[in-house]
Amino acid sequence: MNSIVCIKRVPDSETRVRIASDGLAVDRSGVKFDMNEYDKYALEEAIRRKEEAGEGLVTVLTVGGDDARETLRQALAMGADEAVLLRAETGFDGLPVAVALAEEIRDRPFDLLLFGKQAIDDDGMQVPAMVAELLGLPAATVVVSLEIEAGRAVARREVEGGHETVEFDLPGIVAAQKGLNEPRYPSLKGIMAAKKKPLEEKDVTLVEGGLELLELSGPPDRPEPQILGEGAEAVPELVRRLREEVKVL
Amino acid sequence: MADVIAYLEMRDGTPRPVAREAVSAAKTLADRLGGSVVALAFGGTGTAEAARAMAAFGADRLVVVEDDSLVAYSPDVAVAVIQHLAAELSPAAVVFPASAQGKDLSARAAGRLKRSLASEVTELAVEDGMIVVTRPVYAGKAYARLRFRDSPALLSIRPNVFPVIEHAGAGAVERPAMPDVQEKTRVGPIEQGERDRLDVREADIVVSGGRGLQGPEKWEILEHLVDALGPGATLGASRAVVDAGWRPHGEQVGQTGKVVSPSLYFAIGISGAIQHLAGMRTANVIVAVNKDAEAPIFDVANYGIVGDAFEVVPELTDAVRKLRTSDG
Repeated sequence: MNSIVCIKRVPDSETRVRIASDGLAVDRSGVKFDMNEYDKYALEEAIRRKEEAGEGLVTVLTVGGDDARETLRQALAMGADEAVLLRAETGFDGLPVAVALAEEIRDRPFDLLLFGKQAIDDDGMQVPAMVAELLGLPAATVVVSLEIEAGRAVARREVEGGHETVEFDLPGIVAAQKGLNEPRYPSLKGIMAAKKKPLEEKDVTLVEGGLELLELSGPPDRPEPQILGEGAEAVPELVRRLREEVKVL
Repeated sequence: MADVIAYLEMRDGTPRPVAREAVSAAKTLADRLGGSVVALAFGGTGTAEAARAMAAFGADRLVVVEDDSLVAYSPDVAVAVIQHLAAELSPAAVVFPASAQGKDLSARAAGRLKRSLASEVTELAVEDGMIVVTRPVYAGKAYARLRFRDSPALLSIRPNVFPVIEHAGAGAVERPAMPDVQEKTRVGPIEQGERDRLDVREADIVVSGGRGLQGPEKWEILEHLVDALGPGATLGASRAVVDAGWRPHGEQVGQTGKVVSPSLYFAIGISGAIQHLAGMRTANVIVAVNKDAEAPIFDVANYGIVGDAFEVVPELTDAVRKLRTSDG
């Protein structure tokens, strides 16, 4: 079972986001970065499939800057076999990234192409299905469980209020949702081994996307908070406010 | 050239609530661009009849592909029809709901048409003839204003954000033949969850619980409150209680869960980690109940009660029940 896993380096979810002075980017100074959480489920799935099959190769792929090397090493430490860094700056447009990934993946043989269901920075949820179309492959997105038998994948996908089953023949694409598995932490042995694993780097030029960023701004301010009191005694006042002041009850 | 396509997501033979929002948003765009609204639906027999209701929100044309194989979502068929329509109409935009299905299909359409997609759009405008959208990034910790350079502009709109506007459209139904495509991806019917509550992203009122509730068996008090609030209300959860296995992941509100914009959000026993605040701060009204007066959740709340959830919530449930009873 050979897998390719596309991952992304993103600010940790507990990070405060500050807008850079040009109003077009996020201030990266002092921000803690990590592998996108959903990508960890994707990578764990690839490693488990390889371990169960007793053979195969897990390749991790990312589009990003020099600092993405650290995230690729983290993936190698978890158990990926080789890593590829496509060096380019990415923005809030998924298409140029999907095109670059599809070009890189096109000539690589694989059974399963995995992604996290979305990156928690641009929140696009676009790239997996875009790559599927660019490569003419079947895909299941937002996958919480996956079974593969005799070259056919059966994925359970989360939808509002329930689930649906998505079936396709390999090779195909799976975009992982939380719940697919429990990702492992890199072991000390894994971290040592990762240093010797191949990490290929190449510069790529992204195609121009159709979206132009005009401005990045902070979220709108919330109204001034009002503490209505303590304990059950404050409930009548709360209900009155909800009913009369903001009219939501 | 100025037409706008709206994708109608169907469930159980009827358009989902987000379909009305998509048609309304498409109508607003089409009016500014001087085009008409073409609503697109897929489903089994009777879909055209059900989709016709969307004329009331401004759909001028209804393109409906009916086939018994389309009762469940078929991405391969849908994307082929969108490709065909895009070639035929050269639309200015295609509006999808940012639902599970809408996000899957919109990204496939973007890949097929090699056009960029703006996901989870919360504001739409036309400036100098060009479509400009605002969408939250970093789960709403920041907002990006983006301009489409070319057409069609592909976008998915966040549920519960765009108003539903009644606006009679012609609603002329067209039924193109089922396209001849090889289905690479086969999707089965939707299995509904045990309890048929609304999805946390589509509910008008969300009651979320956190660690302060002390254990999964204590969720009863929140369920009673949700039941008292009525059918528009649903349950949510903090990341901590989902990670602890107390609640299903589908209920998780936050940066690594769902981002919600209900009209009323109750945060019960939730301290307010940054990633949680990111997921709910666009709610219209936020109510926080927490024992710790210093909890960061109070910074974003419209109204706060400092206190024990086990005292406050049952009292609140009683008060809501009385209100609902007196309203008849």
